[in-house]
Amino acid sequence: MKKILKYVIVDIIQNKIVLIYTFLLLLISLSVFNLESNAAKGLLSLLNIILILVPLISIIFSTIYIYNSSEFIELLVSQPVKRKSIWLSLFGGLAASLSLAFFIGAGIPILLYHADATGITMILTGLFLTVIFVSIAMLAAGITRDKAKGIGLSILLWLYFSLIFDALVLFFLFQFQDYPLERAMVFFSFLNPIDLGRVQILLQMDISALMGYTGAIFREFFGNQVGVVLSFFGLFIWIAIPLFISLKKFSKKDL
Amino acid sequence: MIVTKNITKTFGKLKALNDISVSFNKGECIALLGPNGCGKTTLIKSILGMVVPDKGSIEFNGRTINREWLYRSQVGYMPQIGRYPENMTIANVIEMMKDIRKDSKVHLDEDLIQSFDLGALMNKKMHTLSGGTRQKVSACLAFLFNPDVLILDEPTAGLDPVSSEKLKDKILLEKEKGKLILITSHVLSELDDLITEVFYMQDGRLMFYKKLSELKADTGEEKLSKAIAKIMVA
Repeated sequence: MKKILKYVIVDIIQNKIVLIYTFLLLLISLSVFNLESNAAKGLLSLLNIILILVPLISIIFSTIYIYNSSEFIELLVSQPVKRKSIWLSLFGGLAASLSLAFFIGAGIPILLYHADATGITMILTGLFLTVIFVSIAMLAAGITRDKAKGIGLSILLWLYFSLIFDALVLFFLFQFQDYPLERAMVFFSFLNPIDLGRVQILLQMDISALMGYTGAIFREFFGNQVGVVLSFFGLFIWIAIPLFISLKKFSKKDL
Repeated sequence: MIVTKNITKTFGKLKALNDISVSFNKGECIALLGPNGCGKTTLIKSILGMVVPDKGSIEFNGRTINREWLYRSQVGYMPQIGRYPENMTIANVIEMMKDIRKDSKVHLDEDLIQSFDLGALMNKKMHTLSGGTRQKVSACLAFLFNPDVLILDEPTAGLDPVSSEKLKDKILLEKEKGKLILITSHVLSELDDLITEVFYMQDGRLMFYKKLSELKADTGEEKLSKAIAKIMVA
């Protein structure tokens, strides 16, 4: 397992995309913090960029990388190696290198300009989103044999989580505006890791007043310790379930 | 050594393997023969655990291979089309394989690397290699760890006559050490002096599995190619 992980990480580092991603993040976060007069404002702008960019890069890069590793997978499957360790090494390599890229590119500037609870929550959320979208990419690439289909599925999943889901929730709220839906909203936010991360950071930033009555419910739920633990648990589930399903799928895959 | 019991595998509507039960033993050199698409490669891949059969079981040295992986340290596999990470060099690939299979304390067999003169090409990337050179790399990797079982899928396809002769000599040498060797090939003439048994498949079914000498006696032909031709026509 360790040996295979080593080969995956070396291969990803040789592939320069992750380096470019690191520099891009670094450039964005430094310029955002330098453009805004107030570091808190800078953090808020960075939040919106991170919530779009991190899931997108993580899911697309991982999906393409898994398809491009098909030769590597095929070579190892006929060797005395567990299938589980091949798949988990791919996941581990992708998650580790993309997380490191995020930490260098966005984490360090945040620590430099805004090293408080909010900043740290944001770094944690970014790291969680990275790993979650690597896990979702493993699932997308694991269930489709065709490369174009798999990448298409990944793009659709990203679109769904960053745009379509919110539109659906808004539509739902609008349709049922006569009913008290605040508690249902808390439940809905667990269905989308990006929302879960966003809500957590917004609450940390103390601008939940802007979110109205629903915001107050969120505060009641997320604001206390149990809420924070529960939402991180929710993020953790988002890593575990797609990875588990893809692992099951891969252990029976014909190569 | 390898026993398959009623294995069946379907891809969509196609029955690639249909109720195959057979046992391959140590010291045998078996030719897997049959028309294109009759399921030879699927059978090989099932034995290697690369394809998971729908029904039936496969045993290796008396233990079922389902979800097992350690048994593959006793198998050397040469695929029909060797696919390797494109941006690795030959040396990288060989080093990686050695690294992954290091725990098996066997003597490394680098004869083929020398006889194919791969030393000079070691720093070439896999995507720059010709089909024949790739095939040589596959052969070297299959023999490298001195496995008890060799599974060779079309070993000489794409090799030049000299290299193909060298590979045949190597197979003969390993056969004399009492290893189990499975070969698929469409060049029947080169199998004559290699194999001891013939395994003939058609449309996913096992047609017959008998000793080469028996087959020759049954058909009254001296050459394997003639004997098989006689059966295919009949």
